[in-house]
Amino acid sequence: MDDSRGDIVYRMARPETLKITHLDSFTAVFHRASGITHLVTSPVPEILAALGEAGMRRVDLMARLSVDYLLGDADEAALDARLDELVAAGLVAVA
Amino acid sequence: MRHVFQVRIGPVGFRIGSDWRAPIAQLEALYAAYPKPVDGVPDFTVRLFAARPWRRIVRPAVMIGGDYVLPEAAPLPLAQGLLAAEMGMNLQMALGQRHFLLLHAAVVERDGQALILTGVSGAGKSTLAALLSLRGWRLMGDEFALLDPATGLLHAFPRLVSLKNASVATVAAEVPVDRLGPVLEGTPKGTIRHLVPDVAALAGMDVPAKPALILFPSFGYESATRDVAQSEVFVRLTQASTNYVAMGERGFDALTALVQGVPARAIDYPDTDGAIALVEAAWAAR
Repeated sequence: MDDSRGDIVYRMARPETLKITHLDSFTAVFHRASGITHLVTSPVPEILAALGEAGMRRVDLMARLSVDYLLGDADEAALDARLDELVAAGLVAVA
Repeated sequence: MRHVFQVRIGPVGFRIGSDWRAPIAQLEALYAAYPKPVDGVPDFTVRLFAARPWRRIVRPAVMIGGDYVLPEAAPLPLAQGLLAAEMGMNLQMALGQRHFLLLHAAVVERDGQALILTGVSGAGKSTLAALLSLRGWRLMGDEFALLDPATGLLHAFPRLVSLKNASVATVAAEVPVDRLGPVLEGTPKGTIRHLVPDVAALAGMDVPAKPALILFPSFGYESATRDVAQSEVFVRLTQASTNYVAMGERGFDALTALVQGVPARAIDYPDTDGAIALVEAAWAAR
């Protein structure tokens, strides 16, 4: 885990920039700025819901996800990778 | 253009211009019962023109032009001018339609409710739609489903039904010859023959319908039916749409509402009788 990320606060992109529709086995997220539809599965919807508008640091996010879900092998590197992807896609912003 | 034909198919008006008389004469005959564009103003223009000036006379070759073109499209022989016109009209719709979310699908209607048949080319959409239209269903279209994002309703686009290869004989056996166009042999899609939609399809051209069932037919397998999950339906319909990306958020809203509100099943069928039975059973169980 890269400690230089420790103080970064991640938050879900502003709600007005996204449209989220839950289908059965994945969630369709329309990103208004790019016009792109993202089809995402766990843990992405859970990450977006946990971060919310207020946002949180990744260590807090991992703790929250661990409380809300049974994370068999919680992998911080994997969480970092997912967060980086979501930031790149515009679905998550860094404060 | 020397020769011009105008027609309205459902909510869409076309103007087809041609260097030759023959394709226009065929269109006039086959679309004789169709209305003209509203106020005489077409939505799309198709041009059939000679690849070179002399090719209008010597071994005539038809190029397809219009508001939207595929630059690499190869010319067709003049005998297939009708097919060129149809391809040009489809191309304008596929690339230029902005009002409706377009799904590559056949649609039939009964009791005000619409059945969407979608799938890869060769799955039997046109054949099934034609056969169902001979069994009490109203044909709304064999090529494009027009989904109105504002209402969630499907609008009819009952162009000539394009029968291909084996389905030509299957359908021709059940309809009078005056509803069939010329046999077009050796086209890029094989043998093609057009079927004029029936009176009910034309009379109901401006009557939309609420989508009630989505079917994904596959020809060439033992009879089978399975439910299709919303997520799979969503992916398959984005692939079946020619303008999902261009429609932006309206397309997203329309498609997610359709997927969440309408049941979907895949049907495998070995022959047309089997297909009709599966469609009716799925319709009854929707």
